[in-house]
Amino acid sequence: MTRSSWARPAVRIVGNAVGVLVGAATAAFLAQTALPGDRATAILNIRAGQAELRTPEELAPITAEFGLDRPLWQQYADYLLGLVRGDLGTSYLQFRPVGAIIGEQLGATVVLAITAIAIAWMLMVVWIVATGGRGPRLTALGSLVDVTTAALPAYWLGIILLLVFALGLGWFPVLGDGTPLSLVLPALTLAIPLAGFLAQATRTEFERALEQPFALSARMRGQSDLGVRLGHVLRHASLPAISLSGWALGATLSGAVVVESIFSRPGIGQVLVSAVSSQDLPVVVGVVVLTAAFYVAANLLVDLASALVDPRQRAA
Amino acid sequence: MTLLDFSALREVDDDLDPELRAAAHLGAPAPRLVVENLRVSFRTPDGERPVVRGLSFSLGAGECVAIVGESGSGKSVSARSLVGLTGRGSVVHVDRLEILGADARALSSRAWRRLRGRHVGFVLQDALVSLDPLRAVGRELDEALRLHGRAPRAERRRSAVELLRRVGVPRPEERARLRPDELSGGLRQRALIATAIAHDPEIVIADEPTTALDATVQAHVLAELDAMRARGTAVILISHDLSVVARLADRIVVMRGGEVVESGPAARLLGRPEHPYTQRLVAAVPGLETRGRALSPEGAEGPSAALPEAAPGDGPLDPPVVLEARGLVKAFASRGARGAAPLRAVDDVSFTLHAGETLGIVGESGSGKSTTARLALGFSEPEEGEVIVLGAPWSRVPEARRRPLRPRLAVVAQDPLSTFDPRWTVGRILGDALPRAVRRDPRARAAAVRRLLDDVGLPAGDGSVLGRFPLTLSGGQRQRVAIARALATEPAIIVLDEAVSALDVTIQAQILDLLLDLQRERDLAYLFISHDLGVIGHVSDRVLVMQHGRVVEQGPTERVLRAPEHPYTQELVASILPAPRPSNPPPGRKDPS
Repeated sequence: MTRSSWARPAVRIVGNAVGVLVGAATAAFLAQTALPGDRATAILNIRAGQAELRTPEELAPITAEFGLDRPLWQQYADYLLGLVRGDLGTSYLQFRPVGAIIGEQLGATVVLAITAIAIAWMLMVVWIVATGGRGPRLTALGSLVDVTTAALPAYWLGIILLLVFALGLGWFPVLGDGTPLSLVLPALTLAIPLAGFLAQATRTEFERALEQPFALSARMRGQSDLGVRLGHVLRHASLPAISLSGWALGATLSGAVVVESIFSRPGIGQVLVSAVSSQDLPVVVGVVVLTAAFYVAANLLVDLASALVDPRQRAA
Repeated sequence: MTLLDFSALREVDDDLDPELRAAAHLGAPAPRLVVENLRVSFRTPDGERPVVRGLSFSLGAGECVAIVGESGSGKSVSARSLVGLTGRGSVVHVDRLEILGADARALSSRAWRRLRGRHVGFVLQDALVSLDPLRAVGRELDEALRLHGRAPRAERRRSAVELLRRVGVPRPEERARLRPDELSGGLRQRALIATAIAHDPEIVIADEPTTALDATVQAHVLAELDAMRARGTAVILISHDLSVVARLADRIVVMRGGEVVESGPAARLLGRPEHPYTQRLVAAVPGLETRGRALSPEGAEGPSAALPEAAPGDGPLDPPVVLEARGLVKAFASRGARGAAPLRAVDDVSFTLHAGETLGIVGESGSGKSTTARLALGFSEPEEGEVIVLGAPWSRVPEARRRPLRPRLAVVAQDPLSTFDPRWTVGRILGDALPRAVRRDPRARAAAVRRLLDDVGLPAGDGSVLGRFPLTLSGGQRQRVAIARALATEPAIIVLDEAVSALDVTIQAQILDLLLDLQRERDLAYLFISHDLGVIGHVSDRVLVMQHGRVVEQGPTERVLRAPEHPYTQELVASILPAPRPSNPPPGRKDPS
């Protein structure tokens, strides 16, 4: 591939990414300003945990701290500039930079999300290669399992896994203690429904590719059934699942909250829940912007992975 | 050098079934392949459906057996069962199946895998889909080499390039890095052949190896197969095309509906076919020699078939010009690098078409013949030059001015299915094409539709196709409906763009007979576009040869095809041997032994 064939799509992709990020940040900012009533009063009430009218003397330091007396466009510009510098604002409640609050918890969630997606892919590949295109009965069974697992709610599955494997069999720790072993059950909770979902997307394409002449051609050359499935067919069938994985990464990040509370794991989910319930808006906005950034990054990875798997896309 | 490499590979492989290896190495005089009474059926919900009922033949070193038949004859299924890959739901019975002296009925699936690719090479048709479209052809070759050998990677890479060179791929190092969609049709078909012969198999089975290839490319690919046969490979050639088979086969097996209707030495079978079906197949091959006679028995029954062909300029008055093209130029921005000169798809093309005449346009893919058709139809505007239809300007005028003349110009495409609304019945498709006045009166409309069906030889009464949907029609029926639709507006000119190219030879014969009958009855002018020189030779009064967007030669068909002047036309004509004729046996190869 020449450089020019990469350059144009790269500019387009980065442009799109910046557009999405600015859009998410703007929406989050507008939501903040749309809060009913005077913002300084709201902040004070949130901090005090009680709703009452405040005197101007009480409000003055808050107004000064958050720059609320300046015109809206200036606040917006400051906010965006802050984002560029990596400054997500200050929490109303904790008096600390939002970036630091999220940063402490982010690692645990990212590890969980990536582990979950990796496990989901492994489960899906094994399941599809084992059951895909093996006659009507196995196909029916395969699809049934795909749909059933895809429909499993995380809170139910998580509790079942916890009861059976942690409390019952004692194979895994009950509480998140930071060890790799404690990652297994939460990751599985997220991975199993996701695997079903990915399998649904892959199965049709896998069965179609298995019937293609190039698969027959490979058999004619002496390739084994497993060799055809792994070497040729899987690559063709994985494209839809790769596209879905971008969405899955973002969704797993924001969906981690249930799993994290079931397994008492630290994570961004806990941060988000407590921020929402206490109306700590800068933290909520920070999580929103960060999630958007993750979606964008995940989609960049997806585009890259698709281009690697299907080189024809580069030409298009 | 390559040969040395492969013999080295062969020696290290010692886990082959002993009896198989013995037979392979000793080069036993026994036939390489013996099939007796092969029967294949497929399990369906309504019970077993037989698709092959008793195929037998034997094949020795350096021999070529061809299995000929139309779609659904069971020829491809037979070929696949010879390598144990008949497919899901199949039931295979065979009295005797010996491959290289070993009883293949008793082989385990492991032994089958060792046989495939290593001792039996298989070439499927259409390399665009028969090679993995996501892989470079070099990797595909690497897979073939890796499967039966233990050569290190670097050596395999050298072997892959060497294989590509052997099958006549120029600049093989470069081509090995390209994917099938980045190669031309001929090159990728050769790459596919290379994957099948990577281990110099004793038997090569080629299933329609040249279908969809241009004539000159087809000639190269067949020459490669012939060279392999000459080196001692046993070749099984599967084809629907008798003219392909005539060039290579020592013996021919003709199949129809799963049964062998006739088999025998190629020269005898093509020269003096005994079975009526074989006679029909042989007679259906169009060419210069068949001009003026019907290709199908049905066509021969028609009274008009006996009429001599009316050549233009025969009568005292020249028939009027209905379509004229003057200096047409059409360019497209070329793909890839910006700033490159636009590709001139049609470059200074001029021709005239008279009433009642067929002008054949022949050329290979990318020669600009379809673009010329689109210009003639007024579907796209020429950059230079002009088109005149029935004396009126046709190009570079607003569509509103073309509209009154549109009904006089009709088109029939290669794939009629894509030009039908799949949710419309045949009756509605035809009714919709009628002139407005007829279309509005239900009774006139019904009568006109029935007349159209009758014109194209489809039943209008019992068993009528009127209520059926395009998908449920056979290929021949679809093409008849497409022709009926073209006739609906009583056109003067019909543009036929590869209109018979996708049809089996006997169906093609019927459609060609129908087209020529209609032409005589209605004085229709045909602009007949085809890559098939045989078809062009059969139907055209005059022929126009295109290459790279230019007309390289133009003139009366007999003159152009018998005494071509331009080197490209000469190459084109040389690439097709005369079609087999019952009266004069084909030249064939000398001594098959």
